[in-house]
Amino acid sequence: MSKVEFNKETGPREVFCGLTSIVWLHRRMPDAFFLVVGSRTCAHLIQSAAGVMIFAEPRFGTAILEEKDLAGLADAHEELDRVVNDLIARRPEIKTLFLVGSCPSEVIKLDLATVAEKLNKRFLGQVRFVNYSGSGIETTFTQGEDGALKALIPLMDSSDEEKLLLVGTLANNVEDRFKKIFRNFGISNIESFPPRQSTELPKIGKNTKVLLTQPYLSDTVRDLKHRGCEIISAPFPLGIEGSTEWFLAAAKAFNVSELKVHEIISPLINRAKLALESHKEILKGKRLFLLPESQLEISLARFLHNECEMDLIEVGTPYLNKDLMKEEINLLPDNTKIVEGQHVEKQLDRVRESNPDLVVCGMGLANPLEAEGISTKWSIEMVFSPIHGIDQAADLAGLFSKPLKRNQILTSNTLVTH
Amino acid sequence: MELTLWTYEGPPHVGAMRIASSMKDIHYVLHAPQGDTYADLLFTMIERRGQRPPVTYTTFQARDLGGDTAELVKKNIKEAVERFKPKTLLVGESCTAELIQDQPGALAKGMGFDIPIVNLELPAYSKKENWGASETFYQLTRTLLKEKVSYSEKISPLRWKEFGRRPKVNILGPSLLGFRCRDDVIEIQRILSEQGIDTNVVAPLGASPDDIERLIDAEININLYPEIAEASCEWLKRNFGMEYTNTIPIGIKNTIEFINEVHKKLDLPLTNKKELENKSKLPWYSKSVDSNYLTGKRVFIFGDGTHAIAAAKIAKEELGFEVVGLGTYSREMARQVRATAKDLNVEALITNNYLEVEDAMKKAAPELVLGTQMERHSAKRLGIPCSVISTPMHVQDVPARYSPQMGWEGANVIFDDWVHPLMMGLEEHLIDMFKHDFEFVDGHQSHLGHTATNTKDILNSDEKKEKNSKEGIIWTESGRAELIKVPFFVRGKVKTNTEKYAILRGIPEISDETLYDAKAYFS
Repeated sequence: MSKVEFNKETGPREVFCGLTSIVWLHRRMPDAFFLVVGSRTCAHLIQSAAGVMIFAEPRFGTAILEEKDLAGLADAHEELDRVVNDLIARRPEIKTLFLVGSCPSEVIKLDLATVAEKLNKRFLGQVRFVNYSGSGIETTFTQGEDGALKALIPLMDSSDEEKLLLVGTLANNVEDRFKKIFRNFGISNIESFPPRQSTELPKIGKNTKVLLTQPYLSDTVRDLKHRGCEIISAPFPLGIEGSTEWFLAAAKAFNVSELKVHEIISPLINRAKLALESHKEILKGKRLFLLPESQLEISLARFLHNECEMDLIEVGTPYLNKDLMKEEINLLPDNTKIVEGQHVEKQLDRVRESNPDLVVCGMGLANPLEAEGISTKWSIEMVFSPIHGIDQAADLAGLFSKPLKRNQILTSNTLVTH
Repeated sequence: MELTLWTYEGPPHVGAMRIASSMKDIHYVLHAPQGDTYADLLFTMIERRGQRPPVTYTTFQARDLGGDTAELVKKNIKEAVERFKPKTLLVGESCTAELIQDQPGALAKGMGFDIPIVNLELPAYSKKENWGASETFYQLTRTLLKEKVSYSEKISPLRWKEFGRRPKVNILGPSLLGFRCRDDVIEIQRILSEQGIDTNVVAPLGASPDDIERLIDAEININLYPEIAEASCEWLKRNFGMEYTNTIPIGIKNTIEFINEVHKKLDLPLTNKKELENKSKLPWYSKSVDSNYLTGKRVFIFGDGTHAIAAAKIAKEELGFEVVGLGTYSREMARQVRATAKDLNVEALITNNYLEVEDAMKKAAPELVLGTQMERHSAKRLGIPCSVISTPMHVQDVPARYSPQMGWEGANVIFDDWVHPLMMGLEEHLIDMFKHDFEFVDGHQSHLGHTATNTKDILNSDEKKEKNSKEGIIWTESGRAELIKVPFFVRGKVKTNTEKYAILRGIPEISDETLYDAKAYFS
């Protein structure tokens, strides 16, 4: 392990909670509905994070707890039953219904597992119910996906068939690219989790080799291990370096020769390097400060330093699973300062003191920092954009070079007007 | 439990944030879990604010719940007071903290700070954003002024005469995330100033706790946004005898009425009454020949109480539209909206469910929708032009240009914003004349980017629907040809009515004559 400096910080945080991940999960599985059992705050949070407005009836919603639910005047289980009945009558095409726990439902100890069990019996053969918690008291942002995937594992049948299982939500086009490349390696049996249809869950077992596409899936990994899956240790497929190592690790697990891998991905690498050049020109030597939010921060820091030659001031992460991040941390430059957790005020003090060229942060902080003259990239964009793989390396760099480039355009005084 | 897919209003603590963020020298410690910070982006992204809301979130976690969350609250309060040095501290809870009952307000009061502390109790499971904003502004006003109640004399609206100065008023209610508040304040101040009336304090927008203490230096209060300010106005009236206005100056008639009301309360003679009618272009534009074609346009209105009621009045009395639907998501304003609806002979729609609003919109078959950003989306799906008149806020509702809703300029803005999505009067008349020419594209409403549909496609889709008609009614060639001639925005309604008529009369086949029979029957 490289000599990385680990720090922990506690205090007020400026991060999304796990409910936010519903925004991309519901798009990945169009036959699923996400029903949050929570408060008006939960409903308002998801609609605010999902962007401006919804354009049609969405496949997520909130069963908003009211005073009578809390005072015990209404049986919460019966109330939830009623809401679910209405919902299924309205959306008969739904195949899987996720009951998503929230801060208030966790605090009043609403037993969603029992509710799900009962509903499963009643709607047998029509709709499946699973439950997990996306509450802010337990989960940060992307951890919501970890909870949702973990909840699906018990529904996955066993099979000893050898396969490569890509775990973590990917953009569909990126997923297709990856599968094509793996097939070129000679790996033919490739599946994804989560799948594109919630009912088409992959079968898993002792010959399932799991390759993670996202770094925030600690609980899912643990349960897959319990089911006998082998976890391929690799950095994450962000940037050329991470993706190359990721492909190589998978190839090794399937006894594909390194030579063959290089033969297939070399043209991709050369092409990507060329595309990366113009972004590197802008990013090179610029100083980067990453605030914690998406848990992609460590991989992004590695990419932006190793491939784009940015200098790392501080790499924040909401929490750190050193085991899962081992390969990533090994690739970081010596003396990288990693800060796990957050005290947002103290961290912003450090941002101002260190005078960075670019700050990666949440949307709530971006405009205030811009107003102070600090360029920003908001982290929610990383989870909505196709950024994985060698082919996307330049696009990923582009997310960071764009604010700097724009800044350059707006502050240059060369414009001549007549 | 209430199934909610989308909500017009946030929780009440977001209302409190609107007050805190609107003001200076205030800090709000919010006992809340991780994730509730999402609300910051409403201010920094939607309002494009260059400052973070002055809010500290205690960020408690599951593992804190077994231990001492009260200590965590105190630690955050101490740090926030030391760091931000506010002149007044607001302390409250979000929905989850309400359940664990740490009573952060009481904790803060026991910490020995020498600044006023406002303890906010905003029931998250029964109330919503506007109520939270109103309650916060009221509690803040009360906390900062309650000591002065005992030794203050009743404030006479006429005392400016004794003091030998111009009368002074407070403008209460404008806040961040309020619809066009920034510009309304400028417009109203300008109007008052022209009438020889000074503004004492604008609050909460831009005010500090010191300004709140100065509220009683004015003679009367302008209750500009009742959703936010009425409770405070009422308290100031009860305790200091300060009168407040009831007219919301949106539209020409209401602006004139508002000026009248202010003058009457202050006993200030209104000398330029005639002049007032020419301050805005709306009356003349509305009278001009082109607008003749706007007569009777069917308009559907939904929004917050204040803006929906004002829109109904302007639509009917100042633009000559026909109001075919009126509703609000503000339960607190339901009574007033119902009364207005009754005057207009429509049934008021009081709901927080946008799908119900969309259904009502569909049924009313309007030619123009005045609503929130959500109605803009619904109207777009239905192919109906729409103008946005109310919160919830969207980044487009904070335009770069000066764009008030109130006063003279507000009336100009309203004329343009409501009429431009429609086709210009003469233009519509001409298109109506030429619509049977083959170049004509049906759905051609204006240049503002509505998706035009080819006449042929509509024919086909209509044909499909007809064949699927449950009642088994057949549209004959002549009936169909006549139906196509009906303007597309009422075609759905005409079709339904004709079929209804056919069923009523037991007519199996609808011809052109049936259509005219039905028209006569329903008119």
